[in-house]
Amino acid sequence: MSVAGGSTAESASRPRDASAPDAAVLLEFDGVSKRFTRRLDFVERLAARLGADVRESTVHAVDRVSLAVREGEVVGLVGESGCGKSTLGRIGCGLYEPTDGVVRYRGQALQRAGRPAVQMIFQDPFASLNPRMRIRDIVGEAPQVHGLIDAAGVDAYVADLLQRVGLDPSYARRYPHQFSGGQRARIGIARALAVKPEFLICDEAVAALDVSIQAQVLNLFMDLREQLGLTYLFISHDLGVVRHLSHRVVVMYLGRVVETAPTRELFAAPAHPYAQALLAEVPRLDRKRRTYVPIRGEIPSPLNPPSGCHFHPRCPHAMARCSVEVPVLCCGRLRGGGGRRVI
Amino acid sequence: MTLLVVDDLQTEFATRDGVLRAVQGVSFALARGQVLGLVGESGSGKSVTGFSILGLIDPPGRISGGSVKFDGQELVGQPENTLRRLRGKRIAMIFQDPMMTLNPVLSIETQMVETVLAHERVGRVVARERAIESLGRVGIAEPAARLPQYPHQFSGGMRQRVAIAIALLNRPDLVIADEPTTALDVTVQGQILYEMQKLVREAGSALIWITHDLAVIAGLADRVAVMYAGRIVEEGPVAAVLDAPRHPYTRGLLDSVPANNVAADGTQARRLRQIPGMTPSLLKLAPGCAFRERCDRADAACAQMPDLRAAGGRSVRCVHPLAEQIA
Repeated sequence: MSVAGGSTAESASRPRDASAPDAAVLLEFDGVSKRFTRRLDFVERLAARLGADVRESTVHAVDRVSLAVREGEVVGLVGESGCGKSTLGRIGCGLYEPTDGVVRYRGQALQRAGRPAVQMIFQDPFASLNPRMRIRDIVGEAPQVHGLIDAAGVDAYVADLLQRVGLDPSYARRYPHQFSGGQRARIGIARALAVKPEFLICDEAVAALDVSIQAQVLNLFMDLREQLGLTYLFISHDLGVVRHLSHRVVVMYLGRVVETAPTRELFAAPAHPYAQALLAEVPRLDRKRRTYVPIRGEIPSPLNPPSGCHFHPRCPHAMARCSVEVPVLCCGRLRGGGGRRVI
Repeated sequence: MTLLVVDDLQTEFATRDGVLRAVQGVSFALARGQVLGLVGESGSGKSVTGFSILGLIDPPGRISGGSVKFDGQELVGQPENTLRRLRGKRIAMIFQDPMMTLNPVLSIETQMVETVLAHERVGRVVARERAIESLGRVGIAEPAARLPQYPHQFSGGMRQRVAIAIALLNRPDLVIADEPTTALDVTVQGQILYEMQKLVREAGSALIWITHDLAVIAGLADRVAVMYAGRIVEEGPVAAVLDAPRHPYTRGLLDSVPANNVAADGTQARRLRQIPGMTPSLLKLAPGCAFRERCDRADAACAQMPDLRAAGGRSVRCVHPLAEQIA
């Protein structure tokens, strides 16, 4: 595997300040919402016309999220399944159109034509690679389409990319099924890098991997970031992974951002009750034979979210006001981290 | 009191490319009320070990040797009928994916009542009451109302709790749980771990928790056995093994966890310490220690398979084990 030098002096002062306010904003979500609506089928429309109580059901997957990622930053996006983190990631790379709000890239509307500066790495290294395509074509197709290379240059280009992600270039003629999970993850990364992106959205990119392989792939992500100056939006439910990689963490709950703070501050003192609960539940190696105390209830259905603050039915600090008002994400400094508080 | 004794268990699968020896001589013992964590990466043989105890190995797989003694009774080689009387009654299993273990076309009620009636001569009404009680025990609100519902009406975490409720219906002496919380969110996982702890504490059941997640084991288990390439490489009390591993593989596994790469001042190391290389294929396993290709302590002596040597309440399968004191 190609390992970047990463001198110790450099690694000691890991660029935590990459989130410095002077860095240019690369990707910006501005009041982005995404609603999925299931349209009524013929029978239901008929029934509705006859007076039956059938309505279109709408899922608020993402609800007025504003988020800016600066150049060189690694932002971790955490939350439980169904909180809308993957949907937000897909909106970020143009796979979904937001229902409301705008996504800007370097200040301009996210372009869908031309060289895609934002690329996505998907969760499942098994499902996201076409089983009938050779690695050479999986990795080499997109740069050809975008005119980065011509047909004659594919082999050399793919070999170079495979080497960069730590795969033997002689594997280029193989099919996905001939690779292990960790190798497939690397292929997915090579494919994303093939169009020379500046920004990678990694949607649970290491969730399917064993710990020892996961460590290798996480190291690869860090090396690539250094070598290519990439910016990451790292979506994961694994708080340990997010803590390791990110400068800043965004916590989502039922489509809304409930807290965002620099990594160290969030892990030291989470402000939102949900973030506190989430952090408390993470199994840790240093807590032997602990007694588990469950958070009551489960994440409610986004089809029918609770009124006011979505977290209030599970929140230990909930009061009458929480079920009425939707609290706003305030930019004020709350114990050092910009957080939202449910009062 | 010892409930389960697994001795030199061997399970193999005949494949087109040769015999794949998934479990190669696994031995451990488990007492009532004890929780054993069986840890390993994919392909280490941890799940096959769990299946072998229950005799759930289908051709082309077979248990090729060793013994499993449950409460004094030998299970290996028993006819299917004998095993069926134990499964779901005295030994229960919880699988990783509740979507696969619950029948989608039968209501929860049917599935639970059947489990009771399969083992006991009681009436339907009694069986139904037991089902409601069991659902309540795993933290499902309004169990009587949820009972007639179908699996698709439950969320993932709820479904896994139903699966656990079914496993606990007959108050089993031994529960084998195969990655039951891997697919679940942390908050739901916390709830399930809580239910399992309660069960062990209250009913005195023994529990084998199979997982790749060392952090879950740390919070739940009394003892831990680490598997690599079909063998146990290290076994001992949780605190001892996780705080001061003696096998280089256990050390490497622990070092790979991001949470273990935090410096004293709270800063995160830039690079994770990683184990080089990949898990070897069980089909072309060279003789000797299976980990030696990836191990920095390996030398000529490792070309011979080391024994699992016991010392001070724990055991390790290594020629050059790490010193006891390493933090």
